[in-house]
Amino acid sequence: MNGLYLVAIGGVPAKALEWIENTAAEWFPMPIRRLPPLSIPEGAYDAKRGQYQSVELMKMLAQNAPRDASRVLGVTDVDLEIPMLSFLFGQAQFDGPIAVVSLCRLHQEFYGLPPEESLLRERAAKEVLHELGHTFGLVHCADSKCAMSLATHIELVDAKAEQYCTHCGMQLVQRFASREE
Amino acid sequence: MKKNWPILVVDDEDVMCESMAAWLREDGYHVDTAPNGQKALELAKAMDYAICFVDLKMPGGMDGIETMMEIHRIRPEASIIIITAYATVDTAIQAMKEGAQEYIVKPCNPQEISMLVSRILKLKKLQSENAILRKKLTRQYRHHDIITKNPRMEEILALTQDIASLRSTVLIRGESGTGKELVARAVHFSGNRAEKPFVVMSCAALTETLLESELFGYEKGAFTGAAAQAKGKFEMANGGTIFLDEIGDISPKLQADLLRVLQERRFYRVGGTQEVEVDVRIIAATNKNLAEEVQQARFREDLYYRLNVIEIRLPPLRERREDVPLLAEHFVHHISSALGREVSGISAAALKVLIAYDWPGNVRELENVIERAIVTCRNGMLDEHDFTWLQQNAGAQQNWEVPDVSLDDLERRAIIAALERKHGNVKEASAALGIDRSTLYDKLKRYEIVH
Repeated sequence: MNGLYLVAIGGVPAKALEWIENTAAEWFPMPIRRLPPLSIPEGAYDAKRGQYQSVELMKMLAQNAPRDASRVLGVTDVDLEIPMLSFLFGQAQFDGPIAVVSLCRLHQEFYGLPPEESLLRERAAKEVLHELGHTFGLVHCADSKCAMSLATHIELVDAKAEQYCTHCGMQLVQRFASREE
Repeated sequence: MKKNWPILVVDDEDVMCESMAAWLREDGYHVDTAPNGQKALELAKAMDYAICFVDLKMPGGMDGIETMMEIHRIRPEASIIIITAYATVDTAIQAMKEGAQEYIVKPCNPQEISMLVSRILKLKKLQSENAILRKKLTRQYRHHDIITKNPRMEEILALTQDIASLRSTVLIRGESGTGKELVARAVHFSGNRAEKPFVVMSCAALTETLLESELFGYEKGAFTGAAAQAKGKFEMANGGTIFLDEIGDISPKLQADLLRVLQERRFYRVGGTQEVEVDVRIIAATNKNLAEEVQQARFREDLYYRLNVIEIRLPPLRERREDVPLLAEHFVHHISSALGREVSGISAAALKVLIAYDWPGNVRELENVIERAIVTCRNGMLDEHDFTWLQQNAGAQQNWEVPDVSLDDLERRAIIAALERKHGNVKEASAALGIDRSTLYDKLKRYEIVH
């Protein structure tokens, strides 16, 4: 059966990958596998902005996707951007196989606060559900508690629950029921 | 729903186009991308984009401003957002003068762009809703929606067209239920004020002070409870038309105030010291005979003449019986679909009943009668049984068979009946018969009625 592959890009705490693996296993009925870590691609760094171009990371994930990959989720600790936006918590190919999540802005330290591991775990779980949800065809949800609601700053991430709303959850279930993901 | 608002992203950088499109697609929008102005125009010809993001700087060929102007030519309704870098903000401001709705400096905050898009779409939704409602309203009140084949009514409709774009005051007279407000709307919506407000105020329902503040508004603190300044109906109707229904019922003080507005188009809000100037067309209506009210000194003569510049007298339904079948069929169709009841029509026998009835409540009564019949109708077609109750009512009121007798005999019987009803009281019986007592005595003698 095709699986969901997790891959660390650059240095990522081992614990974080474990959390993410558990979250994915809880929601997606497919084998969850790990790929060997990748290093940040050359040319992804935008010196002017001091950030990394999300598109470059996604390209690399696509190039390294195993044949039996249903989804490939990259996890990184660097700050992501696209030309139009000042930052991204993550990005996904809508209804496609590739997604990436950045932990950078999920750390309390980013906001000048003392580290809080449980909060980081929760935030990472929410963002993983969000980006993977996009790869399975879910769009942003109007319910601010749903993992699929659009978060444009960290407070909005914190306002979400670590789960999908009934509507989005049912859409996923239907998708898994009707297709061989 | 978001799929109904397609978005176009125009930028020569592929990464920019694709990452922006991907981000918007995650939000549920249909997004297309174009690497240059030429391609953008091709796409815009084929698709009615709600929003176009256009990069200001595109090397070679058309630049952002040119692209924007060309898109505008093809899709004047599309909102254009110019994407710019810090260095070119001045040009972006220039672009806004040329018709761009907004500009954003890249890279921008995700929140900023998400709010911008939802703000523009909210406005678009309101605009399209507004356009639909406006169309509905004008359709509803176009003059030929007043259903008639009565020559007098047709003359009135022609008159409403002739006077539609004048500012002259109109006075509409007619019994209640004859469609005074409908005619007022026809005047308003056929004229050059159609796009402006049409404000209705019924003058009968309110006390003098309440009506005064409703019409003219009030200043903060003008009276207990006046917590903030409020605009009155005259101000709300500015540029448009105010319809003052039941004008015959207003108090002498308000008559004086209204006269001033009519003369000067200016007034004070209640408790105000500053004059407010308005451009409002006034259409007034009444079911009273205002000329008689003037004679009885209950209505100011000067105000009457000011109001009565153009007079429209609406005939009661009983004087345009030929319209009853037309109106009845219209209401059957309209009401049955509104109530979701399948009633296909109205039988000839039922129409006969309706034509014979006198309609003291005029068209409004007819509408109510049809609605009641539709609600109780069982077989998908209104027939005379559905209006039996109407005949009974009418019978009670005025339907009596004239017996085949001489006029003298008729008079004799009427006198006996009146005496019986009044238990032999001659004074009351004579009053009921509309003659004086001595005449009644004469007739009693003449017809040898023993009293």
